[in-house]
Amino acid sequence: MRNEGKFRILSQPEVERIHEEALRVLERTGVYFDCDEALDVLEAAGASVNRATSVVRFPRQLVMDAIKLAPSEIQLHDREGNPSVLLGGDRVHFDPGSSGVRFMESDGVTVRESRAEDLKKIVQVTDALPHIELQSTAVVANDVPKEIADSYRLYIVLSHSKKPIITGAFSVDGLFDMKELLSAVAGGDEALAKKPRAVFDICPSPPLKWTHISARNIMDCAKLGLPMEFVSMPMPGAASPATIAGSVVIHTAETLSGTTLAQLVKPGAAVVWGGAPVVFDMRSGTTPMSAVEATMIGCASTQMGKFYGLPTHTYTCLSDSKCNDAQAGLETAMGAVMGALAGINVISGPGMLDFVGTMSLEKLVIDNEICGLILRLLRGIDVTDDTLATDLIVELGPGGDYLNTKHTRQWFKKEVYIPGPAIDRKDRKTWEAQGFTTSEQRARKVVAEILKQKELEGPCDAKLLLDEAMKAVKKRAGADNLPLGPK
Amino acid sequence: MNELLKRLRNAIVEGDEDQALQATRDALDSGMDPVAIVSDGLAAAMNEIGRLWNEEEIFLPEVVFSAQIFKECMELVEPALLEGKSTEPAAHFVLGTVKGDLHDLGKNMVGTMLQTAGFRVHDLGKDVPAERFVEKVKELGSALVGLSALLTTTMLEQKRVIEALEQAGLRDRVKVLVGGAPVTDSWAREVGADGYAPNAPQATEIAKRLLSQMKEGSN
Repeated sequence: MRNEGKFRILSQPEVERIHEEALRVLERTGVYFDCDEALDVLEAAGASVNRATSVVRFPRQLVMDAIKLAPSEIQLHDREGNPSVLLGGDRVHFDPGSSGVRFMESDGVTVRESRAEDLKKIVQVTDALPHIELQSTAVVANDVPKEIADSYRLYIVLSHSKKPIITGAFSVDGLFDMKELLSAVAGGDEALAKKPRAVFDICPSPPLKWTHISARNIMDCAKLGLPMEFVSMPMPGAASPATIAGSVVIHTAETLSGTTLAQLVKPGAAVVWGGAPVVFDMRSGTTPMSAVEATMIGCASTQMGKFYGLPTHTYTCLSDSKCNDAQAGLETAMGAVMGALAGINVISGPGMLDFVGTMSLEKLVIDNEICGLILRLLRGIDVTDDTLATDLIVELGPGGDYLNTKHTRQWFKKEVYIPGPAIDRKDRKTWEAQGFTTSEQRARKVVAEILKQKELEGPCDAKLLLDEAMKAVKKRAGADNLPLGPK
Repeated sequence: MNELLKRLRNAIVEGDEDQALQATRDALDSGMDPVAIVSDGLAAAMNEIGRLWNEEEIFLPEVVFSAQIFKECMELVEPALLEGKSTEPAAHFVLGTVKGDLHDLGKNMVGTMLQTAGFRVHDLGKDVPAERFVEKVKELGSALVGLSALLTTTMLEQKRVIEALEQAGLRDRVKVLVGGAPVTDSWAREVGADGYAPNAPQATEIAKRLLSQMKEGSN
């Protein structure tokens, strides 16, 4: 793998130092698990468990042995079961931000609670965007009963997309319901385990705590063979030390503890070393996710994940702005460039504004262009006889016209990423003639065109089985009249 | 018959030089009316290129290459055309980068676009003195004239060419377009040009408009 153009924010001795400090935290201080089943497993494996406080202290060797069992790559599959993204190495893939609670309408002003219909649109737009390779259960459907809100989100994504998915359960039972839905589309539990399509986000509660639901989700994902992604979220100065290094220690300790539990339940369980880094704004009490220091935490924790040989994930492609303005573009692009050069395998965030709270379809389209530009950047500069083109330079001489040459026709599309209409590269006159548009206005047009196209036609059998599975979930929860079916 | 022309059109649009030349030869060998080869084959292909360009589906190097293939095919058809009935001659367009300026990329793009639009382009090259423009217009009798300049220092030369055309008594027989990065609408008015375009496709549109004005004027 080429090292040129890679961003490693920590030196190797610094990585090793953080590793040692995290192990020290795990050994001396430990991590809280609100879950008896988890305590049982950890105790049986040799961890020191305090049943009164539910705090588990991890012997160093236990952690190191467990980490070695986790696979370094995870192959995800599309709807037809074909291999899609392969998480690992320094390969970069993008997915829309997850679990927003608000939706920005296409007027760019109106923001309201997100609904099932909004998620369907997000999924349809994402499916059409080439540089966002993964789907996510991007917003919460507030018009769906809370008991099935997690599985219903997945149902919408599975109904309208071909791509692999980043998702997550809201409850212990929810995970099992969601497995049923995935299984229905994949053609059974065995097919799903062999060809996983979705990754389940599981979040520790900073600092150093796992809720009952999270701990059970880890154990159940491991048992069911579902890949999981730990999304640690240290909060400097509030739920972790005010320093970046100290926050990375917390992040590392939390993620190591989750990885260890998963491997003890099922050796070889697929885990992604993830994160949603923030800073804590000491004036407004908010948690900016696109502060440069948040991205620095993300790049550092990614480096830790690579040190352990795991696939990585981090939120670095989003903005805390409240609308699609200059702040939205600059924060999203800046974070995404840093994250991509750091080699984060799953970069989350496209479409998100407002502390991963508000999803905008127009931002999703604009961010797809950011992703396209970045994926081009990551391809680097090809230096070969053909690209150096000295023969051609000699042939054409001073004043040569390169436009009408075979070499240009062969290379121009490969060398330069050609953006969609959200990025304007026209001359001023033409731009004025076409109505003085902003990137948001042009993105709005792209969104409308995508949504106008007919709906995804999937394999009918799979959709029928998916509907049956969703009906069963619905019946168990005693819910009826779901906004987008199944009837 | 139609299959042959379709093959010809596709080859030009897709930039398949060998196939396009072969299809042109096949069409001529089959005894097809050369006027039909031009109108339903070559010109139709360039119309399609224009449409694809306007819809932003193809890119400059592809347009330039298709235009080159078009020109090569035209050269094959021309002898047959001359044997047959005369068709309406295409309008002349004299094009050049003005004296002192060595930039010709934009000028070449304009030339290509004009060709695809059916103009008979006489490209005088770069660093062209005013007299060369005058001579060429005299030779052709009447024409559209396109003056390119990339530099603020050389754009003054555009004015000199227009003055030279006036002094030679040719101003009424030409329509002058100016273009280039520093050129604006108001500069075009200031130097007494008939039109200005910020890019090659618009230059073509304006050229067509000026041409119809010229035709109306002469009627």
